[in-house]
Amino acid sequence: MSDAAVSPAIAIEGVHKWYDDYHALRGVDLTVAPGERIVVCGPSGSGKSTMVRCINGLEPHDRGRIVVNGTELRRDSRALQAVRRQVGMVFQQFNLFPHLTVMENLCLAPVWAAGVSRAEAAARARRYLARVRIAEQADKYPSQLSGGQQQRVAIARALCMEPKIMLFDEPTSALDPEMIQEVLDAIRELASDGMTMVVVTHEMGFARALADRIVFMDEGSIVETAPPEAFFTSPRSERTRQFLARILQH
Amino acid sequence: MTPARTTVDLRPPAMRLRPIRWMRRNLFGSPFEAVLTLLILCGLWFALRPLVDWALIDAHWSGQGRDACAGGGGACWVFVRARLGQFLYGFYPEAERWRVDVGIALVALAAIPLFLPRMRRKGSIACIALPAAFAVAGFLLTGGAFGLVAVETGRWGGLMLTVVVAVTGIAASFPLGILLALGRRSEMPVIRTLSVAFIEFWRGVPLVTVLFMASVMLPLFLPDGANVDKLLRALIGIALFAAAYMAEVVRGGLQAIPRGQYEAASALGLGYWRTLGLVVLPQALRHVIPGIVGSFIALFKDTTLVLIIGLFDFLGIVQAALTDPQWLGFALEGYVFAAAVYWVFCFGMSRLSARIERRGAPANAPAGRTW
Repeated sequence: MSDAAVSPAIAIEGVHKWYDDYHALRGVDLTVAPGERIVVCGPSGSGKSTMVRCINGLEPHDRGRIVVNGTELRRDSRALQAVRRQVGMVFQQFNLFPHLTVMENLCLAPVWAAGVSRAEAAARARRYLARVRIAEQADKYPSQLSGGQQQRVAIARALCMEPKIMLFDEPTSALDPEMIQEVLDAIRELASDGMTMVVVTHEMGFARALADRIVFMDEGSIVETAPPEAFFTSPRSERTRQFLARILQH
Repeated sequence: MTPARTTVDLRPPAMRLRPIRWMRRNLFGSPFEAVLTLLILCGLWFALRPLVDWALIDAHWSGQGRDACAGGGGACWVFVRARLGQFLYGFYPEAERWRVDVGIALVALAAIPLFLPRMRRKGSIACIALPAAFAVAGFLLTGGAFGLVAVETGRWGGLMLTVVVAVTGIAASFPLGILLALGRRSEMPVIRTLSVAFIEFWRGVPLVTVLFMASVMLPLFLPDGANVDKLLRALIGIALFAAAYMAEVVRGGLQAIPRGQYEAASALGLGYWRTLGLVVLPQALRHVIPGIVGSFIALFKDTTLVLIIGLFDFLGIVQAALTDPQWLGFALEGYVFAAAVYWVFCFGMSRLSARIERRGAPANAPAGRTW
């Protein structure tokens, strides 16, 4: 990473993570440049989600270093909150706050964590809701929306903190097939604006279209990192080939 | 670009039935049901008629002294009327009773915003208004400055004392219980252990014991001259006792909140207390409204136990009046009146809780029937 002209958005160096005795991450190294779009794939249990969740400290790593926009992640909660305000996250299960309306979901963190005025937060919320094309749902509760709409609200909620980096942890895995496309479109549009992104997904077509680089993980380590064309047409490692053969079959 | 609609919305079939049809369907749907309905009505008639006769129709309502109730088998409400002042205020000096009224009205007034559906920032308003109202009410009741005569707590009694004990118990145990519940789920071993120890200790001790300890034993341990008011000691005991139960109720609510809610809040940069206050507690408490109100109702009725340490709460003062030689023989009236008053209070709390529950539910969540 010494040859990088600009400092990386995310630098992960030799990161290990254990869940009790289970070695979930085994020495992960990854550097993400500002504006770069990384798609992480791999079989389940390979550590994809764990790695992404380490980037904003939802899971503390046990060894190694993670630096996000120049701030190293430590267990100190102030540094952690500072990093989290710059890193948006979208979850598989949406995790919207069910007791709040869409608008309140969006305004909560800007007002209470970033100190934005209520009026400004509301303006932001409307802007991002329009961007994910659900402006008309602002006063509904999450339970009144479809899965795809909920996930787009979740994306807008993360954007309202105006993050520099967005993390997506299998954003379409909990969706009905007919709703996957609308969420992918929202992510794609975001990518076209130059947002730095790390996306964990099983949608290979989407990965190919979106990614600057694809990271393939297996058994807690990164097996291969390659641009999409090279990744799909001439994977270097045997494990990658097996994985691709399995998921591209159908 | 909405496509042309090819479907037609039909209105759901009307579910509201007019009274006659409702009765025909629900009370006399089949011969068996009809017989059952009639039997129950019969039973109610025989059970309730004597009570209604006694309490309402044959009852004596007006007059002075027990002579007004001579003759006839009805209830003698004259007794309750004659003693009403004492039932409500205990031995609180008559000239000062307005202070009690004003104090209780103030607290009620401060609590009103909590029950207004569409009020903004009611949480913050209540956080300021309620403690302030409590402080003013406390001062009004005790007096001793600004021209108000001091009224020692030994003279407090009746319904007023019951309300004071119950309201302080509720107001103190609720926040304390929340803190204990959070403590019990804390990742810090010391806090967790202390919380568990506190909860298990207070839940393991009967309230009577707590009150005895507070009134008899505690003064023995206190240094000479350090005299804490007996009522205050009882209040503290009751609050701690109730807090332990409240903690377990609240913990149940906390456990129902999925991990994803904490994660989403942290990922947005909210710290521990804001995550709790804005995301977790509003949901957790809503889940356990029935349990919380259940604890409040239990606490309200448990306040009668202060009788054993010589405080005359509502039930206590009614009982004391029964032994008045002038009014011997009217125990039934006294107890029925006391029961009715307790019931009104508890039922009121229960209705209030149902209201909050209904309102708190997100628009289309299956709220279920609370009535």
